[in-house]
Order: sequence, then C-alpha cells, then structure tokens
Amino acid sequence: MANSAVMGSATAGTSVSSGAIEQYNYDIVKKFALMALFWGIAGMTAGTYIASELAWPFLNFDIAQITFGRLRPLHTSGVIFGFGGNALFATSYYIVQRTCQTRLWGSGLANFTFWGWNAAIAIAGVGYLLGITQGREYAEPEWYVDLLITVVWVAYFLIYTMTLLKRNQPHIYVANWFFMSFILATALLHIFNNLAVPVSFLGIKSYSLFSGAQDAMTQWWYGHNAVGFFLTAAFLGMMYYFVPKQAGRPVYSYRLSIIHFWALSFMYMWVGTHHLHWTAIPDWTSTLAATFSIMLLMPSWGGMINGIMTLSGAWDKLRSDPIMMFLITSLSFYGMSTFEGPMMSLKSVNALSHYTDWTVGHVHSGALGWVAMVTFGSFYHLIPKLWNTTIYSVKLIYVHFFLATIGILLYITALWVSGIGQGLMLRAFDEYGNLAYSFIETVAFMHGPLVARAVAGIFFVAGILLMTYNVWMTIAKRETLRSTATSAAKA
Amino acid sequence: MMKHESIETNAALLIIFTLVAISIGGLVEVVPLFYIEGTVEDVKNADGKDAVRPYTPLEQLGRDIYTREGCYLCHSQMIRPFRDEALRYGHYSLAAESQYDHPFQWGSKRTGPDLARVGGKYSSAWHVKHLTAPRSVVPESIMPNYPWLNENDLDTGDIAAKMATLKAVGVPYSLTKIEYDANVEKFGESVAKKLDINMAEKNLMEQAKLGNYDGNPDKLSEMDALVAYLQVLGTMVDFSKHDEAEFVKFR
Repeated sequence: MANSAVMGSATAGTSVSSGAIEQYNYDIVKKFALMALFWGIAGMTAGTYIASELAWPFLNFDIAQITFGRLRPLHTSGVIFGFGGNALFATSYYIVQRTCQTRLWGSGLANFTFWGWNAAIAIAGVGYLLGITQGREYAEPEWYVDLLITVVWVAYFLIYTMTLLKRNQPHIYVANWFFMSFILATALLHIFNNLAVPVSFLGIKSYSLFSGAQDAMTQWWYGHNAVGFFLTAAFLGMMYYFVPKQAGRPVYSYRLSIIHFWALSFMYMWVGTHHLHWTAIPDWTSTLAATFSIMLLMPSWGGMINGIMTLSGAWDKLRSDPIMMFLITSLSFYGMSTFEGPMMSLKSVNALSHYTDWTVGHVHSGALGWVAMVTFGSFYHLIPKLWNTTIYSVKLIYVHFFLATIGILLYITALWVSGIGQGLMLRAFDEYGNLAYSFIETVAFMHGPLVARAVAGIFFVAGILLMTYNVWMTIAKRETLRSTATSAAKA
Repeated sequence: MMKHESIETNAALLIIFTLVAISIGGLVEVVPLFYIEGTVEDVKNADGKDAVRPYTPLEQLGRDIYTREGCYLCHSQMIRPFRDEALRYGHYSLAAESQYDHPFQWGSKRTGPDLARVGGKYSSAWHVKHLTAPRSVVPESIMPNYPWLNENDLDTGDIAAKMATLKAVGVPYSLTKIEYDANVEKFGESVAKKLDINMAEKNLMEQAKLGNYDGNPDKLSEMDALVAYLQVLGTMVDFSKHDEAEFVKFR
C-alpha cells in the first residue's frame, strides 16, 4: 500500500531534468549533506580530543577555551545538531520530495533553514569556548541562539507541511510520519526547556524560568526526548526510506510500521525521568518512567525487526553490498541499545550505572552505532543519486565500515569496564563495613579504559575522514565528466 | 470505524494526532510537579525560619562561574539515598536544597565526586590550591587546572541586574521595603539583609573581605566567588536537628 510510493519513485527523478526548474530541489539536499560531514568531522574530533583529556589531563594545557567543561558542549552540539541535524534536514528534504513526487515548497525559505541552522550552531559553538552556556546538558545555547533555532524550526515545519500538502501521491509515506513527529516534538521540547529570562536585552546571560526539581524534570523530559525524537524517530524516518530503497524491496510489514510509529511517539515522552532515579523528585514519576521505559522496548524492537526483515529474500546483500552492511549493522545497534536502555532504567540497575561511564557508553552505542551508521549508509546511497553518478570507491566504503565498527565495539566495551567497574568499586565495603575505595581510587582504575576509549574515537574519526574523501572524489569525478562532456559537445 | 488510511492521506489529521500522542506524557508527569505541594520540602530551622536561603551576591556570581566552566559535566550535586553515598558525601539531597537554583546543577555524571555537600569539608586554602592545580593536592586527579580564576578580576558590575532577573523568575531577593520585611519574616533579619538587591555591591565586597576566600585580601578574583559558592553547598540544612521521618514522606 504505502510502499508503492517508494517503489513508484524509483525511476522518477534519477535523470537530470533539462527544464528551467528541475523536478526536485536537490541543491538544498546537497548543501545540508556536505555540511553534515563538516560538523561530523568537527564534532567527532572534538569528542576524541576531550576523551583524550580524560585519559591525559595535561591536554587541557591550562587554556580556558579548550578545557573539558567548555569543549564538551561543542562535541555534543557538534555531533547532535551539527552532524545529526544537517543529516536530518538533508534526508528529510530528499525523502519528502521523492515520496510525495513533488518539488520542495519554498526554495528561499529552505535556504534560510540551511543558513539559520548552521549559523545557530556556529554561534553557540564559539560561545561555549568563551564560557557562554545555559548550563543545561544538550540545551547549552543561550537565549538568543534559542530564538534563532525557534524561527528556523517554524520555517522547517512550514516547508515540510506545505510540501506534504502539494504531494502527487495519495498516501503520505511512513518515513514522513516519523519526520513530522520529530519536527513537532522537537519544537515542543525546545520551547519549554529553554524558557529563560535574559539579564538584559543586549547581554548574553539568562536565568532559567524553572528551578531545582521542576527544572530537572523539564530538562530531562527534554534531554531524553532529544534522544527519542531527534536521534531516534527522525533517523527511523531515514531508515524507512533508505533500507527499502537499498534492498530494492518493500518495507517488511506495513502494519508493524503503524504500530511502531504510534507506540513510539506516545511512549517516549514518558520516560525522561529515568535520568532522575533516586534523586529529589517524587518517586511516582520515577516509577512511571521506568515502566514506560520497559514498554518502549516493544515498539523499538518492532521497528528494528521491520527494518532488518525488509532484507528478507535478499540476505546475500549483507555480503555483497557495503551500504547494506552499514544499514543493517545500524539496526542491530539500535536493537542493542534499545534493550540496554530499558535495562538501565530499572531502578536497581540504575543505582549502579547512573553517574558512571556506563551511561556514556550506552549513549554512544546509540549515537555511533545507530545514528551515525544509518546516516553513513544512507549518505552512500544518497550522494551518488544527488550528483547523478556512482560512488568513487566501493572498497573505501568497506574500509570505512570496518573502521567504524571496530571503533564502536572498542568504545562501548571500554566504557562497560570503566562504568561498571567504577560503579562496583564505589559501593564496595571492607570487612568492617567501611568504604573499600576512595573516589580517587576509582579514577585511577579508569585510566586504562579511558585510553582505550580515546583510541576508539580515533578509529571512528578516521572512518568519517575516509568517507569525506570518498564523497569528495565522487563529486570531483562527476565534475570532470561534466566538463569533458561540455567541451566535447562544443568541439 | 476510522481507518488508518484516513490519517495517511490527510496531513492535518496526521499532525493533530501526532501532537496528541506526544503531549500526554509530559502533561501527566512534568506539569503536576509545579502544582503538587510536596514536590519541594518545607524545611525550617528551630527558630521557625526557612533553612534554605537564596545565594548571597558573591555566592551567586560564584555559581555563574561554576556553570560557565561546565563543572556540572563532571560533578553532580545530588546525593542519592544509599549507604555508600551517605558515608562518602553525607545526607541525601533534598529538593528544598536546590529550590533557588536557576538552572539546577544536579548533573548526570561523576567523573569527579559529588559536590552537593562539599561546603565546609575542605579549607578555602585547599580549594584555591586544588582549583589552581588539582594534581598538587590529589596526584591521581584528572581535573583541568583553573589558574585563570586567580588572575581574573571578578566582574561585579551587573550583580544587581542579575539578582533582579533571578527575582523575576521567583527567587525572593528584595527591592522594596515590603519585600524586605517579608524576607525578615521568612529568613530572619541577618539573611534578609544579604538578599537586598539595593545593598548587593556592598554585601558582596563585605563577604569577600571577611571570607578572604582566595587568600589574597587585595584582590577580588573569580576564585573568591567560586570558593564562596563551593563553601556554602549543602550547608544550609542542619540534619542533626531533623527527624529522618520528616523527609521520607516527601519521597
């Protein structure tokens, strides 16, 4: 049913139109895609650097701007909003055009979303280095950047909705549901979590509207749903288009995608409080959040199964197609981390895991394993399509795949050791009932795993650098072909 | 019965139903906390005054430096009700203790130890040495050095504006006589004086001079403010004066 949209559009739009207006606005997709790679390199390099600072603290060099506390928001904003955000703009603008078989509404406004979004990240990023921050995790940008983001987001919503409205397909394809859910939820979260009063209208400093326990609840309602909608729902939209496309088969189960979508959209909003287990918030909120976290396993795995089973009948592609390897591996990591997450949201497990590197490792198995891998796979499919050519080197995709996979496995294993180890040490008692370890002894213990984690980061960064080279050569090859073709035509 | 197809073929319906689906969780879980009275405990001293007070001007500027440097990314300020945490850090944190924190700084990661009750645990001289060069006092530490806290003069210019802003978001600093009197009633006279925005500059200088937190009486540095903030953390409630059952009912 809904799959007809994907299969139907397989032939349309691949040939470059010679008319005055091209059938699809690919220009905006290209810009966002390249920018995603730029922020990916910047954000992941920053991540590897701060990981190294934890292993070798001399790397802070007594320079305020590059201390861990100021660089860390640059890493998180860079990868989430820079890499992830630009990748989502690129793929959602591409998918909505292809599945609605219509050109993107509002080219000027789409350009505004590109410049506005990236300006916001750049301004916020420079600000972090100067110590300008709201002091809220993943919502560090100050009030003026938040306003800019809000305006960009309204424009994004408008473009998306208007394009849906002028579609030439009766059905709205499932990928678009996920993107719409992501756009709406992000708007809601961003606005409520960033309510603040500036000290002066020309100044940079503001104070949050809420305080203490209520502020904590609002922040983690935001924080976890940034994961749920920004880093999950939207990337599922990406998955629901590129996995069937690359496999050349329709989505495994149409019904499952409906259940997956509504259950995920409904349940995610309940679970944020599992970040606040055992803290000074009422117990009932924490229990409710844990319950919904466990239930969330079902739609999450429903989605994973729907994605992986789409390949049924074409399993050989797992051997022969490196893009498929990226996509299916990303779904496997999605399944792994959506099992680990509910487990960590159990109060008894959380008592050990909270405040430790286990959480950081968990986030990265989602962020690197799921988000980055599904993006890489989708981009390897998308970029040759955008430039109407083939990829420069398939071999390099294989190399990238193995660099990334080794990097992730090393990363999460190192942080399991560091996190679970520290958690156990902190709660250990000696035979007299005294604490067995001081805090600093746990810090000394973590040195080894933290070194391994930094090395893992280098693997992952090497992978995206290789990808960027491959993309660069793909575009360069295309340009050379085009100019030879023109000169040949002239002759 | 309505078919799912009608949502798939109508963008407006899709948007409305999605909005409904994503709104319920927050409405049920987050919104009530603003209205339920027991969310924040009402902790009183023996004299009937509020135990937890807003930060003094110097402490608030110290807190701003704490957020500026991103301390919350490695240090929590939220002790959980476990035996090991009680031995290591002290009594578990109450919601009341961070009720004037805009924004909250509970944190989510302990790369370093919890700081919710660090106040009074070390001397100010130790803090200065530790912040300037952590490994000079704790050899295995992986914390960055913060030498510029000693070098930078504390910017006190906008303290009144900052307090007025915090007042606008609900912190009971006083501007008028009526507000001042209300604070005397709530916190007692000596605390109320420190919360008077009109006296902010003077109070700030006085506390810095008296406390001499950075060990350099001739200079009002960022170190002064940050150490003043660290030294007040977790010290406002005297748990020896309270019955444990008093707090349990709020959880």
